[in-house]
Amino acid sequence: MIDARSKGDRLVDLIIIVVMLALGVVMLYPMVYELFVSFSEPAALIRHRGLLLWPLGFDTTAYELVISNHQILTGYGNTLFLVVAGLAVNMSMTCLGAYCLTRTHAYWHRYMTIFVLITMYFSGGLIPSYLTVRGVGLYNSLWACIIPGAISTYNMIILRSYFSSIPESLVESVFIDGGGHMTVLFKIFIPLSLPAMAVMVLYYGVGHWNSWFNANLYLQERSKWPLQLVLRNILITGSNLDLGSTVVADYEMLEKSMKAAMVIVTTVPILAIYPFLQKYFVGGMMIGSLKE
Amino acid sequence: MATNKKGRGAEIRLDFQKNKVVYFMFVPVVIFFLVFHYYPMSGIILAFKDFKPAHGIWGSAFTGMFGFEHFVTFFSGVHAQRTITNTILISLYQLIFGFPMPIILAIMLNELRSPKFKKVMQTVTYFPHFISTVVVCGMITEFCLSDGLFNQISGFFGAEPISMLSEPGMFRTIYVASGIWQAMGWDSIIYLAAIAGIDTQLYEAASLDGAGRFKKIWHITLPGIKSTVVILLIMQIGKMMSVGSEKILLLYNPSTYKTADVISTYVYRKGLLDQDYSYSTAVNLFNSVINFALVYFANAVSRKLTETSLF
Repeated sequence: MIDARSKGDRLVDLIIIVVMLALGVVMLYPMVYELFVSFSEPAALIRHRGLLLWPLGFDTTAYELVISNHQILTGYGNTLFLVVAGLAVNMSMTCLGAYCLTRTHAYWHRYMTIFVLITMYFSGGLIPSYLTVRGVGLYNSLWACIIPGAISTYNMIILRSYFSSIPESLVESVFIDGGGHMTVLFKIFIPLSLPAMAVMVLYYGVGHWNSWFNANLYLQERSKWPLQLVLRNILITGSNLDLGSTVVADYEMLEKSMKAAMVIVTTVPILAIYPFLQKYFVGGMMIGSLKE
Repeated sequence: MATNKKGRGAEIRLDFQKNKVVYFMFVPVVIFFLVFHYYPMSGIILAFKDFKPAHGIWGSAFTGMFGFEHFVTFFSGVHAQRTITNTILISLYQLIFGFPMPIILAIMLNELRSPKFKKVMQTVTYFPHFISTVVVCGMITEFCLSDGLFNQISGFFGAEPISMLSEPGMFRTIYVASGIWQAMGWDSIIYLAAIAGIDTQLYEAASLDGAGRFKKIWHITLPGIKSTVVILLIMQIGKMMSVGSEKILLLYNPSTYKTADVISTYVYRKGLLDQDYSYSTAVNLFNSVINFALVYFANAVSRKLTETSLF
């Protein structure tokens, strides 16, 4: 009897493992396929039919073209600027706001909270926001992708919840030692909230890395485009990569492996830092589900 | 009365003296919200006006029908029905096919015996979440070409190669399926955390009573994550009328507008491509009002059922 059950149990185990492995293939294969395509010899690729289980030959021409390409390089530069400058603005503004919202003894605290919360449920919508950004003179500036999104109200509320769990006695001890609110924020709140800080950096950082929509709205000059917008133009809208003075005999033939190389080159940085971020995921989700 | 007022004034002054640093620290935050949130809200007035760039938002005249002309135009045209239907259908498919997936995944992950394999599977299923929308859509575009990966696979089963992204009948499937692919792992985190919160003694007691695996899932795991499921379900229902524009803008084209065009993409096209600012704002306003009502309703239900609410 016991034996029979464990046999059935083992069968279920096996089924789950098989399903999981199949799922793993579905999750990873598209990227792996791109990887294979990017290294394949273009001529062989065109003739090939069916799935790819390994690269067809080994050819790095696509990578050479992509990595040295000025569009991709300036795109990378602009995205790097967006991530670094954007994070600086995001984090300082979000910390400031979240800290002020924890000062519950302040007379205006309630009004400050309401003032902020309203923006979670009401917004002007696409056109009024667009006209505002143009109106304050951010049009055609990379700052248009940073300043209008300086604070995500949701993130600020999450951070406030986290800050609120810090004992008030610590705050008072700083005041007794003659420190001010800035000291409290920088010496107590931020050092004690590193997991929450990591989650904020993750959310904002990934947001900047992925953003193309605002750039598409506000950036006229191609030299200012972040990487994702450059990619959209080539991968989706179907423009050709501007190869400048480099002469490529058959662009058509190289196109597939070049696009794949672009996918790989722009995804690798995220993958490189991804294992280090993973331990914060669960923490982040849990912070997010805190009731305010 | 008078003393009361004076008392309050004194209180405010005293409070300001004590907390002025806090208020000064809050100034940049206030400026940010005023400029980028509250000022645009005032721009909603555009929905009732006939915007002329030369006159600006405030100088432009109101439209006819007491300012509601744009709304009437929208509802009497063909686009209202099409975009509303598409928005609801896409949300519905996401709800039916997308919502249960992370729950099933979390339960299966939890049933894995090897912690190492579980960890690897988690890493693998989270992975698509970190690929940017543009790259995901770029890959979909490539794969859907008539010589792309998807056609190679379907050709295996004898199907004729077609350019899938030009097929109106396939758009929603592609959109929803790729969404599930990208999100199911990431969304399972919250359920895994809920499962981790279940008292292990319950499982041990059930084993002693001779309960099998499915009995334990049915009677312990599922009830244990019920409140999480309910909250997330209600929140998703609250978002029924808002389908984001970014991914659709990347994937659709005029040949699939019939099934792909949702309210947010229509707002984008009308407003920014056709520069019909007022009309676009009106459509957006209609959508926002419905969204707010839905979220409010969802929240009220959530509060009643689980004593958990967003506000």
